Amino acid sequence: MSILTVHDIKKSYGAIKAVDGVSFDVKPGEILGVIGPNGSGKTTLFNSILGQIKPDSGRVEFEGVDISGNSPLEMSRLGIGRTFQNLQVFGKLSLRDNLIAAAQEFHGSFWGRMFAPPDNGIGHRADEMIDLFRLKHVANLPAGSLSYGQQKLVDIAMAFMPAPRLVLLDEPCAGVNPSLVDGLRDLLLELNRQQGGSFVVIEHNMDFVMKLCHRIVCMVEGKVLAVGKPEEIQNNRAVLEAYLGN
Amino acid sequence: MMSKQHLAFLALALAALLAAPAFLKTYGLYLLTLWLVYVIAALGLNLTVGYAGLKSLCHAGFMGVGAYTVAIMMKAGFSFWLASPLAILLCFVLGLLIGFPALRVQLHYLGFATLGFNLLLVLFFRNEEWLTGGTFGIQNIKRPELFGFAFDGNAPFFYFVLLITVVAGVALALLLRSPWGRAFAALRDNPIRAESTGVNITAYTLMSFAIGAAYAGIAGALFAPLVNFIEPAPFGIANSLLFLMMVVVGGSGRFYGPVLGAAIALLLPEYLRFLKDWYLAVFGFAAVAMMIWLPGGLLSMRETWLLAKSKRDAKRQATPSGAEAA
Amino acid sequence: MTDFLQLLLSGVATGAIYAMAALGFTLLWQAAGTINFAQGEFVMLPAFAMLIGLSFGLPLWAAFLVAVVLSVAVLGAVFKRWIVDPMRGSGVVAVVVATLGLSIGLKSVVKAGYSAEPHPFPSVFGEEVFKLAGVTVSYADVGALLFAGLMVLGLQTFLNKTVTGRAMQAVAQNTFSAEALGINVKRMIFYTFAINAILVAVTALLITPTYLAKFDMGDNIGLKAFFAAIIGGFNNSRGALLGGVIVGVLENLAGAYLTPAYKDGVALLLFLVVILLKPDGLLGTPQERKV
Repeated sequence: MSILTVHDIKKSYGAIKAVDGVSFDVKPGEILGVIGPNGSGKTTLFNSILGQIKPDSGRVEFEGVDISGNSPLEMSRLGIGRTFQNLQVFGKLSLRDNLIAAAQEFHGSFWGRMFAPPDNGIGHRADEMIDLFRLKHVANLPAGSLSYGQQKLVDIAMAFMPAPRLVLLDEPCAGVNPSLVDGLRDLLLELNRQQGGSFVVIEHNMDFVMKLCHRIVCMVEGKVLAVGKPEEIQNNRAVLEAYLGN
Repeated sequence: MMSKQHLAFLALALAALLAAPAFLKTYGLYLLTLWLVYVIAALGLNLTVGYAGLKSLCHAGFMGVGAYTVAIMMKAGFSFWLASPLAILLCFVLGLLIGFPALRVQLHYLGFATLGFNLLLVLFFRNEEWLTGGTFGIQNIKRPELFGFAFDGNAPFFYFVLLITVVAGVALALLLRSPWGRAFAALRDNPIRAESTGVNITAYTLMSFAIGAAYAGIAGALFAPLVNFIEPAPFGIANSLLFLMMVVVGGSGRFYGPVLGAAIALLLPEYLRFLKDWYLAVFGFAAVAMMIWLPGGLLSMRETWLLAKSKRDAKRQATPSGAEAA
Repeated sequence: MTDFLQLLLSGVATGAIYAMAALGFTLLWQAAGTINFAQGEFVMLPAFAMLIGLSFGLPLWAAFLVAVVLSVAVLGAVFKRWIVDPMRGSGVVAVVVATLGLSIGLKSVVKAGYSAEPHPFPSVFGEEVFKLAGVTVSYADVGALLFAGLMVLGLQTFLNKTVTGRAMQAVAQNTFSAEALGINVKRMIFYTFAINAILVAVTALLITPTYLAKFDMGDNIGLKAFFAAIIGGFNNSRGALLGGVIVGVLENLAGAYLTPAYKDGVALLLFLVVILLKPDGLLGTPQERKV
């Protein structure tokens, strides 16, 4: 069974069809890449799946359950994590607090947390993540004061804190120093191996996607152009034209 | 964890307050007690405004609800010890009721909704004479008694208010240290991200608002027996704005911000009496200037200065190499 | 029935005045993202400027012109240059707090420097009334309605029909695209502040005869303007007119038929009902959440 099924999503802004009937599925443990030139509707698709915007039509199923129209809160409660394209950390909280904040709501009850210890019992988990992401030296600084690349890592670590079964990553490489991209890929592969969840990755960096993903969906002008293994996509004529043609 | 300096400072401040009645005359002690009452209210508003990032402009109104509830119930013969918890609960519930419709929509509507609600409360205090005494107010509100001991004198009542202030302050500090405190900050810093990490924005927003209102209720419950006489004026919109200024001028989102802010808004004018109404004018314009140059409030001065300095240093270091490159 | 018509007419007149303050409020929000919590004081100041002018023996029309000029200079240019501009990038909350501080400051200056008492203020249209089909109509109401109506319609025409007006709308909708199109964004934003300054001066001229000139007269007017703007639709300038008139009429009717004591609470209740049923206001267009 697929962990995520996206069925015929459509979303228009006025006359512009940002997403025009996209369908695909994600298997358990799979890393699926979504690629496409600028303006091909990747981010709109992403936000439609996550309930940040309301698609005009289409259906999204998570583990066989229809989740279309769920709020972002409900999505996260189901075990769907996400990262953001533009930086979205809690600027005044320390890095460690950012990580704890990302998972504390999944432990204990709402009222119970009022009297829980400050780290809600997940401090060690945060420390593990900090070690894994090699951020120990900045763990106690306000997240807003970190460099762009570091904040990007915090953003990714936050998504993985509650050990979600599905993580959607929105351009994890954007703005990251090229020399660190390989490290980031290894990190994601390691997380995939350790936690066993499924990932959906939107990314521009072709090399990164080819080496990370098990399967790739290529989008052009709101439609799915091709789906396949990295080597199939790499050699797909239409994909090459879409990328090089303009 | 608290640092040694922090503990020493707290101990010193507490000792000074404990000794204060011996050195102050009646009016001075009254002012100091009033300051503590304002501190309790401002601490609550700091939770709502500073930690959870919501604009609440009804704090004086909530304080009024607390004060009138205690005054009316005590006039009807109920004990202070029954009236004040009820007053606090009522403020809490009102906080939930007024927050809910505004939050369903957009956060910045909360500012308007609360401002309007404050206006409505004042109209109620003024018009429902059978209950509130209208513009004449309620007079001769007694001070509380416990086991035959009345907090009648100014010093005993001061110590009573001091005790409540410390308890309320410690409770707030504990709340802020708990996971709730982190959730409040998360929702202030980035509500969209907070929601995607499982933080129930609506629930936490409402709670921060309602707890803030409850703190105003505590302050009101102490205000009524302190001044012995209440009428609608102190609970109007103007004072709600003043409460917000206290929090912001002191340093919103900093625990001691409202303590300092309340002192500036209440104690300082007493020593600057020659300024009269001009004081409030200066206060208002100072808040404007502060938002431009020191948006973090007085307590952020050191950090802002350090930040500016490090920026200057960085610039100075960058300039020579930049010149070479050119 | 005649009572009802009378109330309706004066309600529409008051509402049209609210609409002007509300309109300025919406324009500032659209063009510069400024929520002006001192909008009520912006109405109060020209009222006192005119009062001072009158005390120097100026006729009302001349005092009004002086007030308009001062308003554009101080509440338009100085407000923009010294307060709004330096705060660009500090976020909405900082602007809210600053304008609240400004509100406290301006009120206190007038209270301390001029007077804490309410002062009577002459009506441009006189005190007379006339009978029309059995309904007593005051010249002040008709005049206010006409004046306010002309102001709002004139502004609409200016915004929709002239090049400058359209440029201002473009800036309000999308600053970046407007800049890319070669529109002088800074100047357009200044025009918005200037228009707001004129609107508040006219509001002061029309409303002060009934509200009396008092340092805290702005509390009520500011609040009504906010509510009218949101009821009508915060992102739609015609909405401000509709919202203002609805608030004016309903509070007049509620004051007469239900309870005069809670007249000033009507706007709040309307506001709560509207945001629950139609969050973007009666004429507002839905805004999608920005991610």
